[in-house]
Amino acid sequence: MTVNYKETAIEIKGITKTFGEVIANNNIYFTVKRGEILALLGENGSGKTTLMNMLSGIYKPDKGSIFVNGKEIIIHSPEDSKRFGIGMVHQHFKLIDIFSAADNIWIGVKEKKYALKEKLKSISVSEKNKLEAFFVKGGKVVAEFGKYFIAKIPSLFLTRSRYKRIKEVSAKYGFEINPKKKVYDMAVSEKQTVEIVKVLYYGADILVLDEPTAVLTVQEIRKLFEVMRKMREKGCAIVIITHKLNEVLEISDRVTILRKGECVGTVNTKDTSVSELTELMVGRKIELSIEHPECEKGEALLSVNNLTVINSEKVKALDGVSFNINEGEIVGIAGVSGSGQRELCEAVAGLQKIEKGEIQYRNENITGKTPRQIIDLGISMSFIPEDRLGMGLAASYDLVDNMMLKSYRKAKGIFVDRKSAAKLASSVVKRLDVVTPNIYTPVRKLSGGNVQKVLLGREIDGNPHLIITAYPVRGLDINSSYTIYNVLNEQKKNGVGVLFIGEDLDVMLELCDRIIVLCHGRITGGVNAKEANKEELGYLMTNDLTEDKGGKANDGQH
Amino acid sequence: MNTIINFLFSAIKFGTPLMLGTTGEIVTEKSGSLNLGIEGMMAMGAIIGYIVAARANDLFLGILCAFLFAAFGALIFAFLTVTLQANQNVTGLALTIFGVGLYKFIGQSLMVSGKYPAMKTALSNMIAEKPLPLLGDIPYVGKLLFSHSIFVYLAVLICVMFWIYLKYTKTGLKVRSLGENPAAADASGVNVNFMKYIHIIMGGGICGIGGLYLALVVNAGGWNDYWINGFGWISIALVIFASWSPMKAIFGSIIFGMFKALQIRSGDLAHEFPKVLGWLQSIPADFYQMLPFVVTALVLIISSMRKKKEGAQPAWCGVNYYREDR
Repeated sequence: MTVNYKETAIEIKGITKTFGEVIANNNIYFTVKRGEILALLGENGSGKTTLMNMLSGIYKPDKGSIFVNGKEIIIHSPEDSKRFGIGMVHQHFKLIDIFSAADNIWIGVKEKKYALKEKLKSISVSEKNKLEAFFVKGGKVVAEFGKYFIAKIPSLFLTRSRYKRIKEVSAKYGFEINPKKKVYDMAVSEKQTVEIVKVLYYGADILVLDEPTAVLTVQEIRKLFEVMRKMREKGCAIVIITHKLNEVLEISDRVTILRKGECVGTVNTKDTSVSELTELMVGRKIELSIEHPECEKGEALLSVNNLTVINSEKVKALDGVSFNINEGEIVGIAGVSGSGQRELCEAVAGLQKIEKGEIQYRNENITGKTPRQIIDLGISMSFIPEDRLGMGLAASYDLVDNMMLKSYRKAKGIFVDRKSAAKLASSVVKRLDVVTPNIYTPVRKLSGGNVQKVLLGREIDGNPHLIITAYPVRGLDINSSYTIYNVLNEQKKNGVGVLFIGEDLDVMLELCDRIIVLCHGRITGGVNAKEANKEELGYLMTNDLTEDKGGKANDGQH
Repeated sequence: MNTIINFLFSAIKFGTPLMLGTTGEIVTEKSGSLNLGIEGMMAMGAIIGYIVAARANDLFLGILCAFLFAAFGALIFAFLTVTLQANQNVTGLALTIFGVGLYKFIGQSLMVSGKYPAMKTALSNMIAEKPLPLLGDIPYVGKLLFSHSIFVYLAVLICVMFWIYLKYTKTGLKVRSLGENPAAADASGVNVNFMKYIHIIMGGGICGIGGLYLALVVNAGGWNDYWINGFGWISIALVIFASWSPMKAIFGSIIFGMFKALQIRSGDLAHEFPKVLGWLQSIPADFYQMLPFVVTALVLIISSMRKKKEGAQPAWCGVNYYREDR
């Protein structure tokens, strides 16, 4: 099949979508052609996902029209969108944990209709005798029905052939998946592969990828991009949503930028630059390099010795981890997600049972202490967990009540002190530029970046000496990310030690003083951020030092 | 030996309504809805099914009506929770109160006005516990397994059918996906609301047949206002005990049927084996009545400690799904 590379796959004309009073998309125009990769760029809450969800049939537009292959269509449901060849890989994977890869795909597979009617019509009889002809025809009709039911039986049941068929299709596109593997056993990248194979299996030739790289490692991203290029050659139209500008420049052909629900322009990738894109996205020029203040390293704040943790699945999540953090430095922890970062944070914060080893904070041994005991010792440590709304904030509480979660014990008497919490909330809103209707809005209604700012604001208010933060900029746009980096740097200047668990290696190399790499719960290396490069880190992240059991690799302190 | 056979026979007899109730609830929960209205739907199916069966003197018409009327109760639940997004727990409890109330109201008012239909011989012959030809002649086993009311075989058949349906068919896969993650099912093009409606209604209907069994076989058609008497609630707990598998529900039901059987057979057992089981007689009857509920509580505690990912409650069971939810 020859592909006309300039054929338009999708054209969106004047789409508007509102949620209550919030205008998510306002009069958006946007086209994707076959054989091209279009990047959709925009800050948090600029309406990228909303726009794509209208293509995938999850939302219905209030106004405007969508054209696929030049024909106007109305998408009522995800099923419609599937029929028009649109496949969306959602940011939060829509997979069923306890199903195998094959079953996840099989849910939506439609068998070809068996053409019973046509076959019945085509029955012809040659016999002249009427009675004979009647019986012969009758026999043939019965035979056709019989064939129909026999053909129907395998399509009713789940047969083993589904594993083979899925394997074949994924191999065709150069994916490797194990169709029998359960989703809960998969790494994030495997889950993503299943999602992509799923939409391809349904016959999608217009692909929408919503922040596909957010959870992948450098190597995995490279692999994904290879696949995307291969699909572009096959004539697919691909839309990729991402925050990372270097990726946009690397993979896309054109970039469409959204700002506050409106389309601010489309540029050809080869004619643009990071600074132009940022300006379009944010609406003003911003400084792109992360500040890296040099601070006097103070005394050791936290030292972790030979820490071993066994997690709830009875697996050694951390195995003999040792490192320390000094005052006035930012220590980064890099690693493929699930290498024990979560357990490390929780162990230090007093939320994880410790199997072996000890944790020292200044001269205090805090091994096995509860969070409250740790606070009562006069240690101020701020824990900003990975799961912001799950562990950090109470989603349905407003800003004021969330501020109080940390301070309610200080108030005297049996009543809560809402006044000072309200004061704190307003100061956080002002200082960190939190976008919220007012301080009495439930935090679940705020966008991801603003939720993170609220949490960070609350934590630094207590003048901590140690901040533990995991993925503080996950899913945040450039503007919010830089606000967070600035806050962390400010704290560092004040002599605070920061443990920064991150995923974007570029950022970590710029922000952190030292980077420790975790792999399968062991420290595989520690580097001085100024001297290291991405490749080196990437190698350490995937290199399991199976022989060197002690995890004796240095932690980057010279 | 005969005493033991009789005891186990009774266990199967009392286990049958649980089998139907549990399978009905499993179908409902697998499709993502937690319907606490089993007791009510059983009651609705029981009273209407009984009246139709007794009036028309036809068992199968009775079963059909029990199914349809209980399914009507489930339809109310489906409309409220799927279309109107009402809270499933509250709706289910309301359905129980409504169904049991309706059953008492219809039965009592028929009784008072003297129009309560008695069971005729033709009907009681149809549901009688009699040995099957050939199979029923096998010693012991014939009496234990093949001398039941026709209802018992129907119940087992329904369990097995739904077990195959949920586990081995494509539509079954879609149903399970609804319970685990309706957003994923929706994105894959499954018609979520339609499928939920169908399975809530089907599950409810099956419970109704269980109710009719209680009316016809256990209570032999005699009116009292405690036909259902907690069987619906035990069914809901049995779903957990059976870890959402209709096949395991068959065995779970029979085990729970034993507690019920102890109520009437404990005396016989004590007589037959005075040395080993003599103590059974000294336990007051009220204790046996309490037993299934105590075991239910224990089952809930034990099963909550289960760690395996398969055979656990469907992740989205009891949570309403709305596509445009942000």
